[in-house]
Amino acid sequence: MNEILNFLVENEILIYLLLFTILLGFEVISKVPSVLHTPLMSGANAISGIVILGAIILIRTTESENYITLILASFALFVGSINVFGGFFVTNRMLEMFNKKKKS
Amino acid sequence: MEKILFLVSAFLLVWGLRLQSDPATASKGNKLAAIGMLIAIFSAVIMPVENSNSNLIWIISPLSLSAIIGYLIAKKIKMTSMPQMVSIFNGLGGLSAVLLSFAEINKWISFPDEYQIIVVIVLISSLFIGSVAFTGSLLAFAKLDGYRWSEKLTLPFQHIVNIVFLTMIIGFSYFFISDPEIYYLYIIITFSFIYGVFFVAPIGGADMPVVISLLNSFTGITAALTGIIFGNIVMLLGGILVGAAGTILTVLMCNAMNRSLLNVIIGGFSSSDPSKENKEQGDIKEISDSDFAVQLFYSNKVIIVPGYGLAVAQAQKLCKEIQESLEANDVEVKYAIHPVAGRMPGHMNVLLAEADVDYSKLIELDQANEEFKSTDVAVIIGANDVVNPDAIDDSSSPLFGMPILKVWESKSTVVLKRSMSAGYAGVQNPLFFKKNNKMYFGDAKESLQRLSSELKNL
Repeated sequence: MNEILNFLVENEILIYLLLFTILLGFEVISKVPSVLHTPLMSGANAISGIVILGAIILIRTTESENYITLILASFALFVGSINVFGGFFVTNRMLEMFNKKKKS
Repeated sequence: MEKILFLVSAFLLVWGLRLQSDPATASKGNKLAAIGMLIAIFSAVIMPVENSNSNLIWIISPLSLSAIIGYLIAKKIKMTSMPQMVSIFNGLGGLSAVLLSFAEINKWISFPDEYQIIVVIVLISSLFIGSVAFTGSLLAFAKLDGYRWSEKLTLPFQHIVNIVFLTMIIGFSYFFISDPEIYYLYIIITFSFIYGVFFVAPIGGADMPVVISLLNSFTGITAALTGIIFGNIVMLLGGILVGAAGTILTVLMCNAMNRSLLNVIIGGFSSSDPSKENKEQGDIKEISDSDFAVQLFYSNKVIIVPGYGLAVAQAQKLCKEIQESLEANDVEVKYAIHPVAGRMPGHMNVLLAEADVDYSKLIELDQANEEFKSTDVAVIIGANDVVNPDAIDDSSSPLFGMPILKVWESKSTVVLKRSMSAGYAGVQNPLFFKKNNKMYFGDAKESLQRLSSELKNL
């Protein structure tokens, strides 16, 4: 229990941030009309690939001989960034279809 | 420097999502979010870190390889397969989080003093949720793509088995934290993977969009948890945004089907009582090609209700063709979109956009129900459960209470369908037997082809 309290105190700003981000997230997303829910889902999915930042940081802080960690993190980066790139590209493809008609 | 870059990227991610609330700016919003992501990746590569090692090759090669693969998949994928693609991508995101947490936990085993216990707890949670998202998404993909075996994985007493598994995972996590043997970690991962399968197994194929959205929010939560571990605020922010998006979409979908999330997860839909289906049904009337064309031709207002059947037949473009030939004769044409039309919320909008249908012609549930009263013909193409009057009239129907399109309030309705078979919910539709309804049987594409050429001959 003390451990947890200590952690909360040490990371006070982070916890506040967590709370406000949750509110912000709900606020931003709930305004999206149902027309755009599929692109939103694939776009949000792409953003969830942000875990790859952790993989990058991990790779950079690992000794160059520690191959197990390097391979694990590198593979994490690989699959995670397929999610990121594929997600953004496909969302873009969908949204362009909405745009195309606006011009005509 | 990298602090400013992270700030910019956080701003771009939020602002990008914010712009996605309007069809006109959504495309720009997505690009902004993508730029934000690129900046975040770049900052993570250049930011100063303690005991930095130049392992750049380990970063650049997977990154460039997956950029190419991601681009190719995104380019080739059919719009009808969007739910499958989202679930695969989501699974990959989950797997990424699993590998990452595993690598971090491995480090903790080697250097136990560098980590606080709570960090390890967060890591194990992230490992667990990521694993569930990974195997769960893969199974959801299999179900969406119609693999038979994927519907047969349910064990007897599945829900009890699930609770047992969950307890064992928590138990082994406790053992592992008190005694960091890698052996426990393998058990936790294996059980978490199995739990992901068990979690999705009892849920029916029709409910997969809800599940994907839920698993998507899981992946978001894992990203946020990992963000806490790495003390990276952009990760935290991005993860929470995804978590929020997934949660809201899950709730919206459940509402659109008038079911609680718990009911979806337990998988109650598939167990509808078959004896109820044999109600007296009356006669159905078919309509001929030329009669149908003439009827549409002399209407003032036609509302098309598209369903997934239209999409699988790839007949959206024909739909647009018919819309154009009717509009050339001053018939007003609109599309009524049910929130769960297609296989994902908003899926139908994307499919119609692909066929160049102007989105101002698409109307949502409430407005559509207003407009049916002044409509001459409602044409239902490949939709069934979303126009079932039982949802209002019959309290014993599994659909009862679901918000639906009241097509029967128009002067007449025509249902395009392959056969008289029941819809996804497994119930017969009394609409088909109503006096002002006619049936037009056949594959959506062939039917619309015939109709379109009839219209051109008039």
